[in-house]
Amino acid sequence: MHILQKIGLAILIAAIGLFILSLGLNSYQLQEETLYTESDFHKAELLKAAENQGILNETYGNNISFIKAIKSLCKEAQKSLEAQAANGIPEGVGEWDYKLGDWKIKDYVFQTTKASGVGFVSRNTLTLLYTIFGLGIFGALLYIIPLFQKLPGIKNDGIYHSSMTRGLTLNWRTFFLITTTIGLLLYGVMYMGSQVFWPLVTLAVIGLIVYLVYFREKQKDKIPPKSASPDVTAWFGIITGILLIGFYILLYWKPEYITNWIVLVDPVSEKLSGNPASNWFLYGFLYTIIVIVMGIRMIAKYRHNKYQIFRTFSVMFFQTAFAFLIPEILVRLNQPWYDFKNIWPLNYNFFFDYNLDTLTSSGSMGLFMLFWGIILILIGVPVITYFFGKRWYCSWVCGCGGLAETMGDPYRQLSDKSLRAWKYERYIIHGVLVFAVIMTLLVLYSYFTGNKNILFMNSDTVRTWYGFLIGSAFAGVVGTGFYPLMGNRTWCRFGCPLAAYLGLVQKFKSRFRITTNGGQCISCGNCSTYCEMGIDVRWYAQRGQDIVRSSCVGCGVCSAVCPRGVLRLENGTVDMDNRAEETRVIHISEDEVSLIQ
Amino acid sequence: MNVVIIGNGISGVTAARFIRKLSDHQITIISSETAHFYSRTALMYIYMGHMRYEDTKPYEDWFWDKNRINLVYAHVEKVHFNEKKLILSSGNDMNYDKLIIATGSKSNKFGWPGQDLEGVRGLYSKQDLDYMEAHSKGLKRAVIVGGGLIGIEMAEMFASRNIPVTMLVREQNYWDNVLPPEESKMISKHILDHHIDLRLGVNLESIKDNGNGVACGVKIKETGEEIPCQYVGLTAGVSPSIDFLKDSELNTNRGVIVNEYLATNIPDVYAIGDCSEHSNPAPGRRPIEAIWYTGRMMGETLAHNICGNKIPYNPGIWFNSAKFFDIEYQVYGDVLAKPPENHASLFWMHEDGTKSIRIVYDKNSEEIIGFNLFGIRYRHEVCEKWIREKTLLSDVLQNLSLANFDPEFYDAYEKEVLALYKKQTGKQIELRGKRNFNRVLKFLKN
Repeated sequence: MHILQKIGLAILIAAIGLFILSLGLNSYQLQEETLYTESDFHKAELLKAAENQGILNETYGNNISFIKAIKSLCKEAQKSLEAQAANGIPEGVGEWDYKLGDWKIKDYVFQTTKASGVGFVSRNTLTLLYTIFGLGIFGALLYIIPLFQKLPGIKNDGIYHSSMTRGLTLNWRTFFLITTTIGLLLYGVMYMGSQVFWPLVTLAVIGLIVYLVYFREKQKDKIPPKSASPDVTAWFGIITGILLIGFYILLYWKPEYITNWIVLVDPVSEKLSGNPASNWFLYGFLYTIIVIVMGIRMIAKYRHNKYQIFRTFSVMFFQTAFAFLIPEILVRLNQPWYDFKNIWPLNYNFFFDYNLDTLTSSGSMGLFMLFWGIILILIGVPVITYFFGKRWYCSWVCGCGGLAETMGDPYRQLSDKSLRAWKYERYIIHGVLVFAVIMTLLVLYSYFTGNKNILFMNSDTVRTWYGFLIGSAFAGVVGTGFYPLMGNRTWCRFGCPLAAYLGLVQKFKSRFRITTNGGQCISCGNCSTYCEMGIDVRWYAQRGQDIVRSSCVGCGVCSAVCPRGVLRLENGTVDMDNRAEETRVIHISEDEVSLIQ
Repeated sequence: MNVVIIGNGISGVTAARFIRKLSDHQITIISSETAHFYSRTALMYIYMGHMRYEDTKPYEDWFWDKNRINLVYAHVEKVHFNEKKLILSSGNDMNYDKLIIATGSKSNKFGWPGQDLEGVRGLYSKQDLDYMEAHSKGLKRAVIVGGGLIGIEMAEMFASRNIPVTMLVREQNYWDNVLPPEESKMISKHILDHHIDLRLGVNLESIKDNGNGVACGVKIKETGEEIPCQYVGLTAGVSPSIDFLKDSELNTNRGVIVNEYLATNIPDVYAIGDCSEHSNPAPGRRPIEAIWYTGRMMGETLAHNICGNKIPYNPGIWFNSAKFFDIEYQVYGDVLAKPPENHASLFWMHEDGTKSIRIVYDKNSEEIIGFNLFGIRYRHEVCEKWIREKTLLSDVLQNLSLANFDPEFYDAYEKEVLALYKKQTGKQIELRGKRNFNRVLKFLKN
């Protein structure tokens, strides 16, 4: 490693360390004006409780004890309001505006904690902002820039020697999969307010899928190849995975514990939208920085390959402009926050009542957004996918794809290529698509009829569970947290309902395929190894068969890493309906050797 | 019928797979190299950390069971052809009705002093790779003897771990017994760009012993120079690995002699792949071709013959490929280092020195003969069709876009090749259309 790279890496790690450390570098003091509420009677009740408990103006050295204190305030106020409500609610106030519901407590705790910081972080936000992100970006670039000095070409040296990228042994991978699944389901029970019905249904569906794969698809005895060399595992990878998983859990479900981070980006948010930052702004900010910095790394690595360069610029652009800047600017212009490239069912709350209400009440811009979103679903996806395959979205536009192709590139080789994984993939991803469609139909039914209960299902509960299980747990915690454990496209491959929809179009009606070059394949396996979607590309290449797979995101890396020039991404109409049938490898027939059978 | 195959490389495995497709015969593959078939061509990527051994297996381990192909992990010590019986290293016997010998190659050793020292080895098998891995720790320099395809792979392997490499190459330029001079020089320069200490026109005199039976340096014959090193890679070609058959009634020369049906002199015994030597090779082809692709074709041809379709082996139009560090290489048809008098070629080279196109044609008839491509990908089927149909050079040039197989958005050089032709001949021809997959398909189906 270049000396500059070592220094850069050290600076980057120091910046990340300071970022994590900053979570504990603040103190908190509840004051009347930092107590966040949405109504005066809540405020009065909470202040009363604060006086009772002697919390007001008390300084806390860390957010854990502070949050505990605020929660106990809220509980006391909740009880008191509950009791008063029994004696009658003031005229003109709704029951749930008066009572203090659990979901409101969550927001109050978060906002109050964010506002009550008085310590080091709150006093030095700008300094910390510049130090952490300035150093982090500088360190990362110092690591990346020397890559441009190497001779251009495929440089995957040492990937399977690195403790960061070599992946896990099968046992370790199984351990992480099972504990994460069980942990998330248990947490889900809590999240649903101790309702066990949907977590149990989910468990049953998981059991059913395992049964189907093992017995109906006869995969039980087909031992998949080991995930990594038999006795080594990627310890740095595991640490990175755990950090990412922890980040997502805090971000989605415990944002009150990361208010120090959110305070740091307040100045940025205020510059852009005029509003203080939320946890989602923090996420967008980090996401964009990572996509840009790691995008530069991707370009350095594949700078001999124009397809990769254009594609990487594309995801960097769509993340920065469409996912980050434009929505914030829209808010500044008093328009709804809207990501013009996010498409249902990936954008699963597009048809939720609050979104439909916002869009329909925001004038012509809102109506345009509604119209645009529906056009993308009904016409954009099938038509563009017909011409170019699902790659136009998954590896050129999508934010999840953007992160996977930039930050996730060092982990692309960790996808499981076994037949068994493919069987799992088909059940799970199409299962999520079905879930998304049912959930959305229920939500729309409720929206138009006002009736929330259909058969045994409550549309609010179903959509909350979908948001938890798919929107947060699968897409975020597993989707990104598992980059170093199961590869960078775990979400895209197993979970994304939009990828499933795009994939169906790609498989059944698209001009796209990967062609193979006659008999030139040497079965080396670079293509399969570096396929982030876990497609066994070699299986097709060595028999000279065009690759038509619904999961292929057209990243083009199989073609890039092929040492014999065998693979090429193509669009063609002539053989569109029998793209996958022909094999072009040299075959022996009774008359002569023929290339085309 | 009980078919036994010795060797689980691409030839033996292809034979087994096609016998299974064509018949219900009992099939057994014996190998003492690895328990399962892996891609030999990917050995370098394991060492460089691009892949794990598991990733080099083209089929998952359950594949063999499912296709009823028995795998036996053992070494064949001897063959009793009269009794149709094999003696395995385990001491067990195994009977066969038909025997396929597909034992591949071994690295050449030319009697150099010190060639059997510790730290001296070729690179052909998984064992060779393991040996190289075990000896890589603390290497200050490796010397590679021989400048073929394996030699340059080995150089790339060591370079990937920042181990300094010296390459001793007998030829005046890298692989110039196969490549035309321009390409050969281009690759030589590329090797130097990768900081390999490339010594051209030199031979190995001897390998030095450090006193404990371990190699500690080499001596160059021409200059007498001694180069200290801790590993010596012997990559001066390969030869058939048939030692265990030498003192038998099987007709062998360098390899096992086979006829056009891949049969040996003994009934029901066949040989394919690297270890076979063709008694009557097709015009322009060598008797032994240690190539992945020909091994695969022999395997498929033999499967037909064993299953009752009598088909002579016909390797068709020559093609091959390789990669020299960052430069990919493809060849279709006849492109010779020392071309016969009637061969002429149009040679274009990119100014960056890593891409070139050579189109060989017949000087008199202007019929196309072959393509040599560096850093540029061409479509196999298109080139083959042009060569097979003896298309005229001008036709090929006008339609050159049909052959372009580079990834999307890559610069296309068809115009430059055409411009070169126009400049050299003064003829006025224009390119017909751009790269387009529909046109390619229509052309191929014609």
